[in-house]
Amino acid sequence: MKFPVILLAILHTHAGLITQMNDQTLIETTCRSTSNFQLCLSTLLANPLSATADVAELALIIVDAVKAKTETALSGIEELKWLHPELTDALGQCSNSYKAVLKADVPEAVAALTRGVPKFAEFGMVDAAWEAEICEGSFERVAESPLSELNRDIHDLAVVAAGIIKNLL
Amino acid sequence: MATASSASPPHDLESATSYSPIPGDPPAEAQPRTKKLLATILFTCFFLLSLILLIIKQEPDPQPKLNEDSYQSPSTPTYSFSPARPLAEPPSRGVEQGVSEKAFRRVSGGNLSFAWTNVMLSWQKTAYHFQPEKNWMNDPDGPLYYNGWYHLFYQYNPDSAVWGNITWGHAVSRDLIHWLHLPYAMVPDQWYDINGVWTGSATILPDGRIIMLYTGDTYDVVQVQCLAYPANLSDPLLLEWVKDPNNPVLVPPPGIGLKDFRDPTTAWLSPDGDKWRITIGSKVDKTGISLVYETKDFIKYELLDGYLHQVPGTGMWECIDFYPVSLTEENGLDTSANGPGIKHVLKASLDDDKNDYYALGTYDPIKNKWTPDDPDLDVGIGLRYDYGKYYASKTFYDQNKQRRILWGWIRETDAEELDLLKGWACVQSIPRTVVFDQKTGSNILQWPVEEVESLRSDSFEFNDVRLGPGSVVPLAVDSASELDIVASFEVHKETVDEATAEADTGYDCPTSGGAANRGILGPFGIVVLADDTLSELTPIYFYIAKGTNGKAVTHFCADELRSSKAADVDKIVYGSKVPLLQHEKLSIRSLVDHSIVESFAQGGRTVITSRVYPTKAIGRAARVFLFNNATGLSVTASVKIWKMDSADIRPFPFDQL
Repeated sequence: MKFPVILLAILHTHAGLITQMNDQTLIETTCRSTSNFQLCLSTLLANPLSATADVAELALIIVDAVKAKTETALSGIEELKWLHPELTDALGQCSNSYKAVLKADVPEAVAALTRGVPKFAEFGMVDAAWEAEICEGSFERVAESPLSELNRDIHDLAVVAAGIIKNLL
Repeated sequence: MATASSASPPHDLESATSYSPIPGDPPAEAQPRTKKLLATILFTCFFLLSLILLIIKQEPDPQPKLNEDSYQSPSTPTYSFSPARPLAEPPSRGVEQGVSEKAFRRVSGGNLSFAWTNVMLSWQKTAYHFQPEKNWMNDPDGPLYYNGWYHLFYQYNPDSAVWGNITWGHAVSRDLIHWLHLPYAMVPDQWYDINGVWTGSATILPDGRIIMLYTGDTYDVVQVQCLAYPANLSDPLLLEWVKDPNNPVLVPPPGIGLKDFRDPTTAWLSPDGDKWRITIGSKVDKTGISLVYETKDFIKYELLDGYLHQVPGTGMWECIDFYPVSLTEENGLDTSANGPGIKHVLKASLDDDKNDYYALGTYDPIKNKWTPDDPDLDVGIGLRYDYGKYYASKTFYDQNKQRRILWGWIRETDAEELDLLKGWACVQSIPRTVVFDQKTGSNILQWPVEEVESLRSDSFEFNDVRLGPGSVVPLAVDSASELDIVASFEVHKETVDEATAEADTGYDCPTSGGAANRGILGPFGIVVLADDTLSELTPIYFYIAKGTNGKAVTHFCADELRSSKAADVDKIVYGSKVPLLQHEKLSIRSLVDHSIVESFAQGGRTVITSRVYPTKAIGRAARVFLFNNATGLSVTASVKIWKMDSADIRPFPFDQL
């Protein structure tokens, strides 16, 4: 009578372990299909929801990270406009670009991923990466970009998102 | 893993205790107690082991190794913006600063301190292509001709210039060119289409009833097929539509993903003429497939065995189209036509690469199977309708003029921030007739509907213009944003025959580097949306390449590489080979309409749609040129250019009724 109880406990534990191993494998496999395994892995693992997420949900986690970083960029841009009025044009371009990411690219990607038409999510994330490039490029010939790191991060995350989304097509 | 194997021991031990004879004769009393103790110890060990492993697994994984460029983990956003230092000299920003070159490849060759003006942005709107007054549009839906009017429905976002909240827009026209906007035909207001009233097709029944089948995205994001029909067939504008109370009439069948089931086609009659068949695209793993359903009433359906066709590796098939073409007649055919002298076109929009592919083949209605004429050029791996930006296309049979007409969705290729500034995105192509190419026997021909010619106004003719190697000739046409260009090029056959390789076997428009790269026998053609100084230009050209076997292969390309000074627009070279028959002159027809250029080679054998966004070559400054950048070939060109009027696409004048 002790045996079945212990047996059940062991089997239950094994089931839990195997499920966890499988989820880990999904994150790893998914991240391997992107161009930046490290970034993909660390971003996903930093979010507890990734443990039980399917591929579309993993993509949504990255899209959310893109959104968060873009919000950071936009508030940074506001700050920079005060400090560096000579960069108004470039910062204005960055502002336009990142507003587009928040108003169009991210909502489009979220809507498309939840509805199962990943193509539009891909369009959104490819554009988000492009907007980061446009922002970075707007400083060329003017000044050293004060947003380089952030622009690169947004770009790289969006590219990772697009990479994950490609698995769903 | 130790844990995996520990599932079995209890059973083994159970059977062991009852089963294996123990050598020797230990005292009868001591036996059961020892075994019980052993079992307990083993169980406890395994249990403890499992617990230990469980605890270890619950700890977060060790941090991935950081790259040398010190990537910051996303959970610690401590960005300090480096003080922006203005550069004293012109920058040589690039490799030596170790910045961006690799990551930021896309924004290249553009003037980034350049700013868009309202004039430049508003110029981009087309004058005679269908587009709603504002916001986002994608797939054309349910095109049909009824009671004197051509109808077009389309995927539309009422709220924004990006995809979302999809509703059915609606417009009518007498001639496929002059469109009048009508109120929405369908909005997402039922549980089965609340997440989107998606793409669908119309079937006109012999008794005149109109059946509309479309994909609805349900409240729980499942893709289902729904039936709708006009509320009032005596209303020629078909303003009101009724959704059938039986909706949804089709849900994803077993084995098909709940989100891989969309875009029902126009129906065709079954062999005994008493049932209708439709096909719906899907995928199984990476194989694109076409499911076929049969129905009498469009409410109850039977899924037929097997697929109409499938092609491995092509992924999800969206917007399938399936229709007959005559091998001998110039006219189009009703969707149900079949028999000798008829082939069937099967077409799919590939989700994977965002292009529309088609193939010619034979349809066996008894077996319900379509077979491609050339399996090497099967659907998804062979011919494309259009080698530029062109997707989600759909044909309909125009019973008014007995034509098969093709609609295609053309999206923007600029950055989203520009679409938001403009307040609109995407256009439809000019409708094209589709006929079988009797000369080659292996492709279809597409050609802008003749009604577009009603927009032609002033014409300019330039005959027998001799273009030596390396020549550019301006054509005296100003304000060249709305044009219909017909150009033919005569090439000296002897020159082509004599020209030795440099085998250009590797020539491919997308990798060619465009019209600036000179070959012996090409490139030559026209240049549109250029300014006087050619600081911005879009060449549309032929390039004759010679293979190692000495055979000439002609390529037809559209080169956007220098189409705009702006950096936030795509600049790609599009194109493909074009079949050429003996003694044929090379011909291009190009419809230029602001930010869209549709170009047709050899009467529509190869077609390229480009989106271009010049900043200088707009309005009065736009020009047209002829050019020949070949090194060893002269061509003689003749061109006729018409200026095109606006199609004056606007809301239907209800107040004038």
